[in-house]
Amino acid sequence: MRKTGPSGTASRNRRGVSESCNTSSARARFLPWAPLLTLAIMVGPVVAGLLGTVAPAFGYMPALGGDGINLDAFVMLFDWPGITRASTLSVTTGIASTALSLLLVALICAAWSGSRAFRIIERMLSPLLSVPHAAAAFGLAFLIAPSGWIARATSPWFTGWDRPPDLLILQDPYGLSLIAGLVVKEVPFLLLMTLAALTQIRTKQARDTALALGYAPATAWFKTVFPRIYAQIRLPVFAVLAFSMTVVDVSLILGPTTPPTLAVQILRWMNDPDLSQRFLGSAAAVWQLTLVIGALILWRLGEIGVGHLGRRWVASGSRGGATRSFKAVSLTAAILSASAIVFGILGLLVWSFAGLWSFPDLLPGAFTAKTWMRHAMNLWPIITETLIIASVATLVALLLTIACLEAEERHGLRPGSRALWLLYVPLIVPQIAFLTGLQTLAIYTGIDGNRTAVIAIHVIFVLPYVFLSLADPFRAWDARYGHVARALGANCDGVLWRVRLPMLLRPILTAAAVGFAVSIGQFLPTLLAGAGRVQTLTTEAVALASGGDRRVISVYALSQTALALLPFALALFVPAIVWRNRKGLRHA
Amino acid sequence: MPEPGLTLERVTIHRGGRALVEISGHVAPGEVLTVMGPSGSGKSTLLSYIIGTLDPAFDAKGRVVLNDTDITDLAPEQRHVGILFQDELLFPHLSVGENLAFGLRASIRCRVERGRQIDAALDDIGLGGFCDRDPETLSGGQKARVALMRMLLSGPKALLLDEPFSRLDTERRDQVRSLVFDQARAKGLPVLLVTHDHTDAEAAGGRVHRLD
Repeated sequence: MRKTGPSGTASRNRRGVSESCNTSSARARFLPWAPLLTLAIMVGPVVAGLLGTVAPAFGYMPALGGDGINLDAFVMLFDWPGITRASTLSVTTGIASTALSLLLVALICAAWSGSRAFRIIERMLSPLLSVPHAAAAFGLAFLIAPSGWIARATSPWFTGWDRPPDLLILQDPYGLSLIAGLVVKEVPFLLLMTLAALTQIRTKQARDTALALGYAPATAWFKTVFPRIYAQIRLPVFAVLAFSMTVVDVSLILGPTTPPTLAVQILRWMNDPDLSQRFLGSAAAVWQLTLVIGALILWRLGEIGVGHLGRRWVASGSRGGATRSFKAVSLTAAILSASAIVFGILGLLVWSFAGLWSFPDLLPGAFTAKTWMRHAMNLWPIITETLIIASVATLVALLLTIACLEAEERHGLRPGSRALWLLYVPLIVPQIAFLTGLQTLAIYTGIDGNRTAVIAIHVIFVLPYVFLSLADPFRAWDARYGHVARALGANCDGVLWRVRLPMLLRPILTAAAVGFAVSIGQFLPTLLAGAGRVQTLTTEAVALASGGDRRVISVYALSQTALALLPFALALFVPAIVWRNRKGLRHA
Repeated sequence: MPEPGLTLERVTIHRGGRALVEISGHVAPGEVLTVMGPSGSGKSTLLSYIIGTLDPAFDAKGRVVLNDTDITDLAPEQRHVGILFQDELLFPHLSVGENLAFGLRASIRCRVERGRQIDAALDDIGLGGFCDRDPETLSGGQKARVALMRMLLSGPKALLLDEPFSRLDTERRDQVRSLVFDQARAKGLPVLLVTHDHTDAEAAGGRVHRLD
């Protein structure tokens, strides 16, 4: 029974209005099915896609004359000279970028959580997170390229270069620039997930206790908080690992070329005009999936090993120290990581307005809107297409999410931890592994190559993010508002539409913004489901990568970023304006 | 035997095999029954059972009869049982007037008439001119009065009070308390008050049922 406090854990126990809701209307009858439908929408295509990948990999694809079961495609795959290199790259870049991102996030939290600097970091997260991968990768590329801003800023006074050096910094054979590009985008994601976990666990007491026992702050955090946090963010970490191993757009921009990473090579085979290459592509996708599963198992073993060492470290009772260097190192890393994106976007902005810009000038000799004007006509239809796809996909995901959460409330259909795993299925199963199969299946059904197909595929990836973003605020809502409203004569739908959703306006808009940004950033799903015929800003920007015209690339990448950022701005300002006279909702 | 008022017929609520609440009783119109007990004794659980929002995790038996109508299986919005919690729970997205309008019976359709009744209600609780105010800007006592009026406007046939005075300071508490009890008496509503505070029970002046 609650004693004090406006809302909190006690009120959560009083949820569940289940039997009392009227179930006669069609909408009310649909509601109990919402969780199942949502799962089917998310997991169904993944399973179908995987089957569509596995069958041709083993030679079965009647449409192309493959009706036996054999290993020919795998023999071809392992005869391909680049296979060792491409596979190794996939594993090394994936594991390295995941480990680096996780380490960085842990260091930042250990040294800074609870401080004022940490709140600034928190506030920068959403915009950093919403910058699409491709735009961030282009921005980074224009920073670190031999003729990029870093080289310009240090030339010729420091480096002695008066022309761009002949160095292979971008697309280096070891995938280092690819790793850097992944780290700057995965750090904000993992940090956000960690923050969410931090609010669920009471970390302050544990940490303060350790401080009182004489532990240095960072050591206290690693020994008392990190193990519990990690248990909470394990699924996001797995998602990052699987994503980093198989990413295509970032790899096309920053990754090695001869051979490229395995995922890029698979895309080439799948897009080959010679349709028989699809057997090879499918086999490679199965191999890619095997690599991801192997890496996940390896990572899990690593967790056990690190956990073992960690337990010995905790038992040793060492108090640690070097608080200052911890803070300095982690802050430098955080600033580096964030400025790679910020200055990257700034670089895109300058390039998009650049006239003649010779090396090693820090800024162009003249600024002009010529590039923008020349591409405005081409841009509009693409922007419209991108907006339509993102809006519809987000709306569908939002409706399904709210239906699921409301069904959970009314019918007690609370997901267990297994269901949470299912939510991560589209994020952990590599896109390249099941989208290629979906594309193969689409050849039979003839549903590929149009906007509807692209939207349907986007929903798969938008849904988990919208759900993860909205679930906590939705569940944390004080159910007694609902009880009061019911006692005042409102029915279940009335409570939902007239009380709960308006009160949750801010988190709903934030979830929509997250979903919107996810949709904007999708490259592979758009390309494969659209069969190359549906053009969004992302597919166009990445397609420009090989051309190397920095001004045009900048125009597309900036438009892409602006479109992804816009909903976040709306999510910030709309509630501030709508609720300007409602103090109780200003921080909700 | 027809009998106006709120009747609890052998209401028992269990959770995980443990009995939390066992109560039978009748509250006549205008009468106050106080249920007292320490925290965790299931006082609020009893109220959720009566208004129809009990968590399915609880196992409840017994009937709730209001003015001769068995309301045990009705939806909460069809029971006409009003409740006040210790937090006022004014809807933060609505103005003071809109909060009252949320409570005011929908059977009054005319907009002008609705507006008039809301203004009159605000005058009644000494908050004339507060119609467009943000509820969050009111003092604790003002919020409590709006919450009471919002509930009364919905035309309840019984009144449940879940420690509604415990967050007010001593001076306001007496004011709000007498306002609530006076209104209930004037409208002839049976009142069920749960509290752990003896002064509440004394001020209510009715019978006291103890849970332990």
